[in-house]
Amino acid sequence: MELPLLHLALVGTPNSGKTSLFNALTGSRQKVANYPGVTVERKEGFFVTPLGRQVSVVDLPGTYSLRGRSPDEEITRDFVLGKASGETVPDLVLCVADSTNLRLTIRLLLELKRTGRPMVLVLNMFDIAARRGITVDVERLAKELGLPVVTSIAVRKGGTSDLLRLTDEISAKLAAEAEANSWRALSVSELRATQREADRIIADCVSLPARPDTWTARIDRVVLHPVGGLIVLALILFMMFQAVFAWARPLMELLQSGFDALGELVHTTLPDGLLQSFLQNGVISGVGSVIVFLPQIIIIFLFILLLEDFGYMARAAFLMDRIMGGAGLHGRAFIPLLSSFACAIPGIMATRVIDNKRDRLTTILIAPLMTCSARIPVYTLIISAFIPANDVWGFINLQGLVMFGLYAAGIVSALAVSFVIKFFMLRDYAPAPFMLELPDYKMPRPKSIAIGIYTRAKMFLVRAGTTIFSMMVLIWFLASFPQPPAGATEPAIDFSLAAMIGKALAPLLAPVGFNWQIAVALIPGMAAREVAVAALGTVYAIEGGKEAAEQIGQVLATKWSLATALSMLAWYIFAPQCASTLAVIRRETGSWAWMAVTFTYMLVLAYAASLLTYNVAVALGAG
Amino acid sequence: MTDTNDMRPHMPLGLAQRGYTGVIQHLSAGETGSALSDIELESRLIELGFVEGARVEVLHEGLVGRDPIAVRVDSITIAVRRREAMAVIVA
Ligand SMILES: Nc1nc2c(ncn2[C@@H]2O[C@H](COP(=O)(O)OP(=O)(O)OP(=O)(O)O)[C@@H](O)[C@H]2O)c(=O)[nH]1
Ligand SMILES: [Mg+2]
Repeated sequence: MELPLLHLALVGTPNSGKTSLFNALTGSRQKVANYPGVTVERKEGFFVTPLGRQVSVVDLPGTYSLRGRSPDEEITRDFVLGKASGETVPDLVLCVADSTNLRLTIRLLLELKRTGRPMVLVLNMFDIAARRGITVDVERLAKELGLPVVTSIAVRKGGTSDLLRLTDEISAKLAAEAEANSWRALSVSELRATQREADRIIADCVSLPARPDTWTARIDRVVLHPVGGLIVLALILFMMFQAVFAWARPLMELLQSGFDALGELVHTTLPDGLLQSFLQNGVISGVGSVIVFLPQIIIIFLFILLLEDFGYMARAAFLMDRIMGGAGLHGRAFIPLLSSFACAIPGIMATRVIDNKRDRLTTILIAPLMTCSARIPVYTLIISAFIPANDVWGFINLQGLVMFGLYAAGIVSALAVSFVIKFFMLRDYAPAPFMLELPDYKMPRPKSIAIGIYTRAKMFLVRAGTTIFSMMVLIWFLASFPQPPAGATEPAIDFSLAAMIGKALAPLLAPVGFNWQIAVALIPGMAAREVAVAALGTVYAIEGGKEAAEQIGQVLATKWSLATALSMLAWYIFAPQCASTLAVIRRETGSWAWMAVTFTYMLVLAYAASLLTYNVAVALGAG
Repeated sequence: MTDTNDMRPHMPLGLAQRGYTGVIQHLSAGETGSALSDIELESRLIELGFVEGARVEVLHEGLVGRDPIAVRVDSITIAVRRREAMAVIVA
């Protein structure tokens, strides 16, 4: 007889390695990082035990209790209690503990026992515990707790074999009659009593050497120094933006010359005509001009992933807490905002760790102002075309400095908007509490970094192949049709739909110094920011005609004034040019109104910033 | 709780300087001015391991107003603002 699917759930305190375990069991590649609150969604995966039992396992956000204080913790509570609509309650709960730090998990486990679900305690990170000289009397612990206990090393090959064996054993004799659920929110005195009980059990079963992680203490002495720490944080961010320019250059040039050669090949092998124009101008000049930025995207992700895996994120949140608090932001808003440097979408999702509704909303509203990686192509293109690659004071690259300035502008404006929200929405303001576990540092694992970068690079390329490609087809079509009448002397593009649309919009954008080509590029650019680069590539390639073998950057340098270029940079700091971000805001706030608010305020800021930049630049003689 | 600790004056953790070590005597969530209700604040502190008898050490302080503080609570390090730490009475 085929046994029914066995349902497992991974529950535990934040950062105990649930997702690592999930990945190890199911072969998935869910995001793992060394700070509390990485997982904010429920994820299901499947595997087969050594004895052939089909298993479904659900990874859940970490939590210290079942009270459900914030949206992510509610997900865990509802799943464990079977409140989520249409969900089966788990047959077996795997309570995952960080073995070096059992106090909070054992307390949680005592609370979980009241739900009546069959449960196993998984002592994860047992490798670290062993290295520190922590010994656990596993049998005694199992007896005291009245449930099976198993050790595991989620990040090592074969590190979950004991757990797999135990799953088989338990599933064979899993009682059909589950115990009654007697869980209810614990009172303060019950909480205290369970923590006492947990501490007693730990004292009986675990021997801790009086040797905390000395490396963590040593690093923190520098990194959390009141002044030194902020300097280190600034240096790290500064290095990141310098690296985006300096390290990526050779690779980008290689990619660029590859695309140039490809375009040349298409040009010479295909006969003149629509197909040649489509491939050369639409696909290669358009999509190619975005793909060229892959090395930069990889570098920025490399930095963020290294910081996340090392355990620096929670420290950065500590250092920034008061500064962000001054702008009316919740201390836990820092990590979502820093993640938004990669992409606002995971950043907005990560706000689920914020318990206070209004604090969460403020963070969601300003997250799109953080400079996401999709802005990199736009910024880089314009900076390389208009800002000389001089060194300032001998060692700082001027282009890198401008890039840093743009990132800083994003951060400052996010703080300013938050401040305005706090000020004008007349919130009865009391600083929300900031309580965050600072995990021990861990050596970043090359494999997980590699997987992280691979996932991101793939996402970028898939986007280039889908969203950007389809927008490019549209732009190419608009820029190519209708064809000019025979004998026309003006460039062909002047007769196209694109030119008509662009010229119709141009008066609206003329005050900020945008020409009709930019106007055309901004419309598909609403779908995704990089599209604007691709669109400019296509429009100028078609406009340039056959001889235009020039790269888009060189074209811009001749066609735009410096004032227009600066105005474009200012526009992109603010403009809400990303359909997916707006969709996520709508989903996470559950309201179209907040999406509309975000869109409007960003558009207004973009226009104002560009207007100011353009006019100041013109007044200074850059027009 | 040892005798030496009983003789030390009780004080809120929120007033402790960097380098302070002590043992938690009790929690008193009233009048801290935290945005959380008393019960909620006390529950959260307990859930992070701030219970009677736990050893604490103030490891680090922030720059602005020496806030927040990073506190070692037995085997883990917790970052917390001084305002909330006022609820933890140590000696
Ligand atoms: N050495 C070692 N490191 C581990 C082990 N399991 C997890 N880690 C590391 O611990 C950190 C946290 O792992 P995650 O899997 O993200 O933890 P989580 O429980 O899913 O965290 P949240 O989603 O925030 O609740 C990561 O840096 C992992 O690489 C283990 O068994 N041994
Ligand atoms: Mg996780």
